[in-house]
Amino acid sequence: MRNDRSFSLHIPEPSARPGGTPDFSHLHLEPAGAARRPVAETPGLEMRDMPYRFIRVLDEAHEAVGPWAPRIEPDMLLRGLRAMMLTRIFDDRLFRAHRQGKTSFYMKSTGEEAIPVAQSLLLGARDMCFPTYRVLGWLMARNYPLIDLVNQIFSNEADPLRGRQLPILYSARDYGFYSLSGNLGSRMSHAVGWAMASAYKGDDSLALAYVGDGTTAEGDFHEALTFASVYRAPVLLCITNNQWAISSFSGFAGAQEAPLASRAIGFGLPGLRVDGNDFLAVWAATQWAVERARANLGPTLIEFVTYRVAGHSTSDDPTKYRPGDEANHFPLGDPVERLKQHLIALGVWDEARHAALTEELDQAVRAAVKQGEAVGTLGESKPPVREMFEHVFATPDWRLIEQRRELGV
Amino acid sequence: MTMIQAINSALDVMLARDPDVLVFGEDVGYFGGVFRATEGLQAKHGLTRCFDTPIAEGGIIGCAIGMGAYGLRPVAEIQFVDYILPAYDQLVSEAARLRYRSGGEFSAPITVRSPYGGGIFGGQTHSQSPEALFAHVTGLKTIIPSNPYDAKGLLIASIEDYDPVIFMEPKRIYNGPFNGRHGEQLRNWAGEPTAQVPEGHYTVPLGKAVIVRAGKDATVLAYGTMVHVAMAGIEESGVDAELIDLRSIVPLDIEAITASVAKTGRCVILHEATRFAGFGGELSALVQERCFWALKAPIARVAGWDTPYPHAFEMDYLPGPGRLAAALARVMED
Repeated sequence: MRNDRSFSLHIPEPSARPGGTPDFSHLHLEPAGAARRPVAETPGLEMRDMPYRFIRVLDEAHEAVGPWAPRIEPDMLLRGLRAMMLTRIFDDRLFRAHRQGKTSFYMKSTGEEAIPVAQSLLLGARDMCFPTYRVLGWLMARNYPLIDLVNQIFSNEADPLRGRQLPILYSARDYGFYSLSGNLGSRMSHAVGWAMASAYKGDDSLALAYVGDGTTAEGDFHEALTFASVYRAPVLLCITNNQWAISSFSGFAGAQEAPLASRAIGFGLPGLRVDGNDFLAVWAATQWAVERARANLGPTLIEFVTYRVAGHSTSDDPTKYRPGDEANHFPLGDPVERLKQHLIALGVWDEARHAALTEELDQAVRAAVKQGEAVGTLGESKPPVREMFEHVFATPDWRLIEQRRELGV
Repeated sequence: MTMIQAINSALDVMLARDPDVLVFGEDVGYFGGVFRATEGLQAKHGLTRCFDTPIAEGGIIGCAIGMGAYGLRPVAEIQFVDYILPAYDQLVSEAARLRYRSGGEFSAPITVRSPYGGGIFGGQTHSQSPEALFAHVTGLKTIIPSNPYDAKGLLIASIEDYDPVIFMEPKRIYNGPFNGRHGEQLRNWAGEPTAQVPEGHYTVPLGKAVIVRAGKDATVLAYGTMVHVAMAGIEESGVDAELIDLRSIVPLDIEAITASVAKTGRCVILHEATRFAGFGGELSALVQERCFWALKAPIARVAGWDTPYPHAFEMDYLPGPGRLAAALARVMED
């Protein structure tokens, strides 16, 4: 083909802007049960179709169908439902706390709860999650104390991170939850290094890392995939593709050209593309990748297709760049509602119990917030100022000691 | 031992002593490193203890941090410190802050070895001295040895330290001391007292400077290759100057510095790095704040010019003994 005209620069555009009608046909979704399930030991070369398939278990009738349908006891499903509901209720309550001036910042994970909750319940106590700021469900599934979350968000005297961190950038080693930071993508290679260390020591602790769709464009993503592949590290590399990186749609991460899961192919890794709003599909895909890692066959890249229902953060107004009702058009629905309907279909759940649980969780969150408020909200209470100078080094050097004295603490 | 042999010995000792020590980087494994610093280590200690990495500095440091958080003591090599910048985010945003931001739950006890400095016709990307970029980052330690004995002892201390350490190795003096005079015959480490290096385990503490030459009329602060240049410059000047080898940029031995300047009343700072906002600026400010009433003359800085490191103009760029001698003469006039 001869280039007989001048070039034109392509700038990706989302299907709809405010006032428009969203179109998600570019996601190329498949019905529940359609995607094949290779055995976990399958060589990577024989799975190059998988990133283009779509793993989905729950069908329109809320039944688990197809080769990926996992065997999960109803009690475990109920634990999942509970943790997802708790995450959402907590998000709503603390988002409001920000609006009431009790803290400086908050980020919700509304619509994405199934991913970290299922993975947290499935992985072991000694496995380490390298989170993003949108996987609170991991901690909720492991019963991390609500009061510690609240105290961290209020940066008060009882804040486990001693008032040093922006709200929601938690760290909870005992709950398999690595220290969060504001910079994107840089902890993905920490997960790979952790997994390499585990392999080197002959341990069985694996690592799981999350990045958002936007962050797949960072160099760290590329480096982490390279190292994971080269050293066959026992790590699960997860992309939560919620379609939006603040105001930029996933096309700016290159998702318009190919599914993000297909990034795996060039690294010789299995890549799975999964319904992120389907608790059972998240569970099944994760179980598959864990099985592969535990068999010493190395890493898996999993793209969870989901939708960021809320604004990016308390500082964001999504109605300025996307249709206000876009979430309602998202074809994968709501993860809490879908799991709830599945449990009802199984005959182990009903509306009355659901309402009672909602009330119970709401009370628990209210009680935790009240307890945190009693300690103090931002500006009312903080850890001793002396704490500002601790933990810079294992032992403070003379500068820190002098500066602490200069401040009179 | 040469400095290369001393570094190799430090790694060998620590690999044998601590199963949690891993050594890795570009060309570090089978080949033994482009400067031979890791020669023989893979053959002796095994593939999983000393291995090659992809060419990705951010990945090398990122993985090292993850290993450190797990509980290992990784020793990563960046082939030239000029190429550490792709890993700068990992060092600044992650390694340096992990302990602080996690309230002590996680830390990164990693050591990053990297050859630095000029004098080898390395041009713009094989000669730089970016210690100020690390000194400014709270949470990082930066160590620069100037001889084989210190190199081994400081490297072992760095690996055993609980904080992330940038260990900058002056590649110009890997195989012999260099006083900045290019016309002179190349020297090797044989016969130098500091080349007497014990075979086994020992440490040189981080944060402790050493007086290389005692003197009463002026204090010269230097580190790395410039310690040798400083010695030649002091002899050329005829000034009875006290030469302090800082050895640690962070933590800095402030007591050794202030004790010397309080005694001499004059201070000249010498480094290869560019001058503006270089580490000499911090040293100058500290001396001025703490020794103001003892100072008899303005503090002088002798440094690389504020240009990228040039190739053809290397000897016009690299501070030599003549420039130090001139600065000493100047501070003695006041």
